Amino acid sequence: MVGHIHSVESFGSVDGPGIRFVVFFKGCPMRCKYCHNPDTWEPGGGTEMTVDEIIEDFNRNKTFYKNGGITATGGEPLMQMDFVIELFKRCREEDIHTCLDTSGITFTPGNTAKFDELIKYTNLVMLDIKHIDSGAHIELTQQKNDNILEFAKYLDENNIPLWIRHVAVPGITDNEEYLFKLGEFIGSLKNVKALDVLPYHTMGVKKYEALGMEYPLKGVEAMDKGKAIECKKVILKGVRKVRHLD
Amino acid sequence: MNQEWNGFVKGVWQREINVRDFIQKNYTPYDGDDSFLAGPTKATEELWAQVMDLSKQEREAGGVLDMDTRIISTITSHNAGYLDKSKEKIVGFQTDKPFKRSLQPYGGIRMAVKACKDNGYEVDPEIVEFFTTHRKTHNAGVFDAYTDEMRACRSSHIITGLPDAYGRGRIIGDYRRIALYGVDRLIEDKINQKNSTRTIMYSDVIRNREELSEQIRALQDLKKLGEIYGYDISRPANNVQEAIQWTYFGYLAAVKEQNGAAMSLGRTSTFIDIYAERDLKNGTFTEDEIQEFVDHFIMKLRLVKFARTPEYNALFSGDPTWVTESIGGVGIDGRHMVTKMSFRYLHTLQNLGTAPEPNLTVLWSVRLPQNFKKFCAKTSIESSSIQYENDDLMRVTHGDDYAIACCVSSMRVGKEMQFFGARANLAKCLLYAVNGGIDEITKKQVGPKYRPITSEYLDFDEVMDKYRDMMKWLARVYVNALNIIHYMHDKYCYEKLQMALHDKEVTRWFATGIAGLSVVADSLSAIKYAKVKTIRDENGIVVDYEVEGDFPKYGNDDDRVDSIAAELVHEFMQYVKSNHTYRGGIPTTSILTITSNVVYGKNTGSTPDGRKGGEPFAPGANPMHRRDAHGAVASLASVSKLPFRDAQDGISNTFSIIPNALGKDASVFAGDLEVDLEINEDK
Repeated sequence: MVGHIHSVESFGSVDGPGIRFVVFFKGCPMRCKYCHNPDTWEPGGGTEMTVDEIIEDFNRNKTFYKNGGITATGGEPLMQMDFVIELFKRCREEDIHTCLDTSGITFTPGNTAKFDELIKYTNLVMLDIKHIDSGAHIELTQQKNDNILEFAKYLDENNIPLWIRHVAVPGITDNEEYLFKLGEFIGSLKNVKALDVLPYHTMGVKKYEALGMEYPLKGVEAMDKGKAIECKKVILKGVRKVRHLD
Repeated sequence: MNQEWNGFVKGVWQREINVRDFIQKNYTPYDGDDSFLAGPTKATEELWAQVMDLSKQEREAGGVLDMDTRIISTITSHNAGYLDKSKEKIVGFQTDKPFKRSLQPYGGIRMAVKACKDNGYEVDPEIVEFFTTHRKTHNAGVFDAYTDEMRACRSSHIITGLPDAYGRGRIIGDYRRIALYGVDRLIEDKINQKNSTRTIMYSDVIRNREELSEQIRALQDLKKLGEIYGYDISRPANNVQEAIQWTYFGYLAAVKEQNGAAMSLGRTSTFIDIYAERDLKNGTFTEDEIQEFVDHFIMKLRLVKFARTPEYNALFSGDPTWVTESIGGVGIDGRHMVTKMSFRYLHTLQNLGTAPEPNLTVLWSVRLPQNFKKFCAKTSIESSSIQYENDDLMRVTHGDDYAIACCVSSMRVGKEMQFFGARANLAKCLLYAVNGGIDEITKKQVGPKYRPITSEYLDFDEVMDKYRDMMKWLARVYVNALNIIHYMHDKYCYEKLQMALHDKEVTRWFATGIAGLSVVADSLSAIKYAKVKTIRDENGIVVDYEVEGDFPKYGNDDDRVDSIAAELVHEFMQYVKSNHTYRGGIPTTSILTITSNVVYGKNTGSTPDGRKGGEPFAPGANPMHRRDAHGAVASLASVSKLPFRDAQDGISNTFSIIPNALGKDASVFAGDLEVDLEINEDK
């Protein structure tokens, strides 16, 4: 089996714990307005790599990844789920820490056989919750969020450590009411190990230009780091409320 | 036993000059954290404010505040100088006041005159006359002996930065000996050495006896330097303040005598800590007082200044003194050598603010204690001023009492020294191989008139064959130029004080260096894996190259090209080794043009990797700019394939990364929800 790989990064320090070997998969069903990797949307193409090749690249410089491991991201890695399962299974055999960076969009409650297999070999999931409100989620990503939230609960039930990511976009995802609601949802899960609120940046603009595409968030300014910290505080308030910490 | 040694564990160090033995028997490894550290005292803050004010005046004056033009700098040439005598706990400047640069003509009078002139000063004509007519300098000696070929190589820049007009530096005196033994004991030891030389007067024995006499005189002067500042350093140091002061007097005497290309301090912190531990135990000094001594010591090291020309500063990107101090490391018995003093030295970056000098260098090992690693990381993040080097690699060759001279040159303190050797430009050498020894810029025949390559497209095997011959030639001219340089430096600009702080039998590392490694590796890869077309001028000399197709580039963890780079280092080292070296020097090489890569590039024509004439080389062993496309680990992996055993003088890789790419700001991402819930308390 081969994976369609957009690219690999040998020094990933923001995609999971430690220094990580990051594999960017091709293909994504979401069309998030702020996506800064539109070049990964189209499925297929890219570089074809086997699990052996990825593991070999990783092992060459193993010493660098002592406290890290491999992260599968994209695109949406679970568009190539069979390959990710094979990769992670192999990682488990070789004692390599695995991290899955996903939107959870491909999750189907009631038909979880493949997911049951995948999570056997997954050490950490980084789940990107784009928007807690269903309508706003569709507006932002062209997809519903119900399966994503179900996926979070599924991981929680199966005791898979979870990092929640949320991109704070001015005027779109920084609404206090929704942030608080997001916090309440996170607070209801018991396996969330970390929360990462990413300030929206405009580094994707150039890629859209290069691809000849219209940038959906034209005119929206990058979010200030301080404001993202404020957003995070609102989410934490929600967490405290459901956990009765205040 | 000397009363100064009360409380120390006895050992062979009492019978012979053996600082390492003293350290190993007496130091206290420290595993704790940084909570014991003390902030700056009022006196420290006031002195530092004074320094900042003087620095500002110096900048406003165009880079130099004051220069000596009449007094030739020697160990005893100046009266005492102070910032504020009442506040300084560690004293001594190179001249009679801070920020005044001394006059050091022994390396070369022309350089000394030019350094003054370019900064708006004029050396006393009588001194110029004296050093032109009556007293020969190192520089004059070298040019008396240089061959035409060497001069041509020098002016075409295939060999650059040779220490033939300035002090070679790179020698570290064991300044700690002064504190442990006192100068009288060291003089006694040197007299014994002189009395035990061979008695048939071959020239090497004569030289040896003359040098020992010079050393003894330097030590006598060193005592006088102490007296000038009101100290009797004929006896051992009695406490930590004296230990620092005695050590500093040794270093000060060295920089009064030598304006070397790198004047490094050595490995003093763990040694000094032994005195601090004793004083803390006896209640002689408090932690606040000890930190103040260290702060004042480091402040002095920050104020070491030399008279230099703008060209020198351009070559080295600034006005570096390379006061390198090596900290930490692991002993051969397995105990780490981190002490509280290791923390105190690094803590000066907090107490005095950040500074490039002294070049605080942590000898890193995976076995350093966790708390120290954390403290280093924290201090690095706050100051960006710590250099790290791999103790696990260097300990194998140099044991556990070596130090770094300049940026990477390792040597056992007091037992090994280095003949500094600048660099050969391997990229230009490749162009000479193509053009049969004709310089691509001046069009002069500089190298031997070997048959040039005449084909339109370059053939890998043909190029390699000719390149090997050209490297052999270059290694020969280069090593022999260095032989002349070091002979003359020993003769006319001998480092008598620094060598007085060495053993009788000294191992001499004969350093050479390589510039342009990644340019050559990529060029050869282009020739091998793509097609490289030659562009010739009207006389058929290749002046440019066109690369058709893609090729593996060094810096992407690709063995096809990385192996070319590794093999190059090995081969060139073999050619260096096949030459006679002055004074039994053991050849080493380095790949470490951290700053002069720009100048080397400027003087080198277009290369077969697609680099255009004049464009900078990558620094040190770095991949070429923007050619490493697989992330930092792949880039580092390529560099790490270079064989250290062939480049024992050091391999440097300048690694720049924006902070965001190294991880997230702790205020944005704590990495732990529980911590977040605690930190962000406002509900």
